[in-house]
Amino acid sequence: FERHFSIIFNVLHLKISDYATHSVIYLCCSSLLFPGLIQREGGSMEQEMGELRRYRTQSISRGEFALSDSFYFYRKGLESIVDDQVTQRFSSEELVSWNLLTRTNHNFHYISLRLTIIWGLGVIIRYCVLFPLRITLAIIGISWLVIGTTLVGFLPNRRVKNWLSELVHLMCYRICARGLSATIQYHNKNNKPQKGGICVANHTSPIDIVILANDGCYAMVGQSHSGLMGVIQRSMVRSCPHVWFERSEMRDRHAVTSRLRAHVAAKRNLPILIFPEGTCINNTSVMMFKKGSFEIGGTIYPVAIKYDPRFGDAFWNSAKYNMVSYLLRMMTSWAIVVNVWYLPPMTRQEGEDATKFANRVKSAIAHQGGLLDMAWDGSLKRDKVKEEFKEHQQKMYSSMVVGTKARNSQEPHTESTKS
Amino acid sequence: MHIVIKLFGVPLSCPITNSMNIWFSCFLFIIVTPAHIVRLYDRFEALDKEKTGHLRPQDFGAINRLAMNPIGDRIIGAFFSPGQETVDFHSFVRILAHFRPADKKHPKDPSMPEPVNSRTSKLKFAFQLYDQDKDGKISRAELLQVLRSMLEMQVTEEQLESIADRTIQEADLDNDDAISFEEFRKSLEKVNIDHKMSIRFLR
Repeated sequence: FERHFSIIFNVLHLKISDYATHSVIYLCCSSLLFPGLIQREGGSMEQEMGELRRYRTQSISRGEFALSDSFYFYRKGLESIVDDQVTQRFSSEELVSWNLLTRTNHNFHYISLRLTIIWGLGVIIRYCVLFPLRITLAIIGISWLVIGTTLVGFLPNRRVKNWLSELVHLMCYRICARGLSATIQYHNKNNKPQKGGICVANHTSPIDIVILANDGCYAMVGQSHSGLMGVIQRSMVRSCPHVWFERSEMRDRHAVTSRLRAHVAAKRNLPILIFPEGTCINNTSVMMFKKGSFEIGGTIYPVAIKYDPRFGDAFWNSAKYNMVSYLLRMMTSWAIVVNVWYLPPMTRQEGEDATKFANRVKSAIAHQGGLLDMAWDGSLKRDKVKEEFKEHQQKMYSSMVVGTKARNSQEPHTESTKS
Repeated sequence: MHIVIKLFGVPLSCPITNSMNIWFSCFLFIIVTPAHIVRLYDRFEALDKEKTGHLRPQDFGAINRLAMNPIGDRIIGAFFSPGQETVDFHSFVRILAHFRPADKKHPKDPSMPEPVNSRTSKLKFAFQLYDQDKDGKISRAELLQVLRSMLEMQVTEEQLESIADRTIQEADLDNDDAISFEEFRKSLEKVNIDHKMSIRFLR
């Protein structure tokens, strides 16, 4: 019944959003959407400099400085002030067609009465009908998780205990997923992570855990919190081993790696779930994977998670919203539609270091999920860029200006020493 | 709160959701559509992490692509008038308006002051990036400074000096060992400034 209902719901929703799109395009010429704000020249530094220097009458195209060279850098600099690729990833994706949620529409205008009425109806349905249902389900799910795992924790026997704990976990996560109105499609279930392996996935929001745990049991890795989260964490540990770190332990990379390694080595333990990006990205790209997870050893099972943005924006912008308001936003969206792809397992090859392996896994995930594979570090959202990138630019430019000259200037020296 | 832009004498109003009082002087003729201004304002707010309504040099420094730019510091410096430590939205857009593509459709009105995005104004802006002490000339030392920041460490001082000497030789017409704005303009007269120093908004 649930399936039929969700199908009908999805179709209705798509029809309404198509109508909204047509109204918008017809009536309003202002922007609702752009992948980028400004037009960018696709040329390399060499091409652009060459064009700038074309006016010069002398044909010393290489190995010379021109006053116009700096224009290239000025323009690039100002373009990045107006709009840059990295900072963009840390704010929500803009949609091509409006899905009747004002939160995804940055340039909200009053367009027409009909659209506003439909939007109003949408608000009523979302907040007054869907939201209370979801909250109830979520509360039931979480309380059952705590109670169930505590009860299972009392059992001594290994096999029965494991089976029961899996059952409890699965049940609770399924209830929680219903509480968020999540419709999940799993692909390639034959590649599902096995015991003693490590599951890596791209990270968009804390809900990723619920999404993945709906289909199998994982051992979670994370920081131990206090409060409600702490209660949940402690009760979960009673029924099957998870890996919770104290804040101080997390800084010591060796301690972390050795604990994870011990967990993986015990082949009966559940696969570990790790998000190597380290932070939430807005689900249009995959950022650099931290190599720590890939140094543990064992088999890696990559998983690609892609949310359908038309039904709700699942990205958690931790700078803008805290956890509670984020969950409230999730529960008042239309739905959360996810596609999960299980990729074939990968292991580190001979002579491949952790960074290369991490990049290989990242490309596979990005390719499968239809996301952009970016080389930027997710922690850039907080830290500054390394000096190396700047030096790289300087080097490229130097080779254009000085490249041939360096050789010329060396020759006279050798000649003078000879004579 | 609304901002009013005078577009060829016709006021256009654009809603801004924050309570900032912004007035654009009509003689600036900032010909950017209201939607673009809202987007720039979003960008301004995104950069202004502490929500003070002003940007400081550190806020610009947080943009990674800019920090990676060899002359990033100079570009940031262009936003701040001498002695000022913050830039508000008005000045932010005013500087960015230099990079607005020139408006070919409407003929230049000689009685009006030079629009901010004309060829001369763009060249003046570029000139000021070289001429840091604002004495109206690019001296040899200033040129060396720019070269130092754009080129890598391995390039020796002698090489830098020979490049600077050659550049001044080519451009300097009155033999004062410095490049004035007129000489600068003359040496770049064939460059398609409007194309190379413009940022086009996608719609």
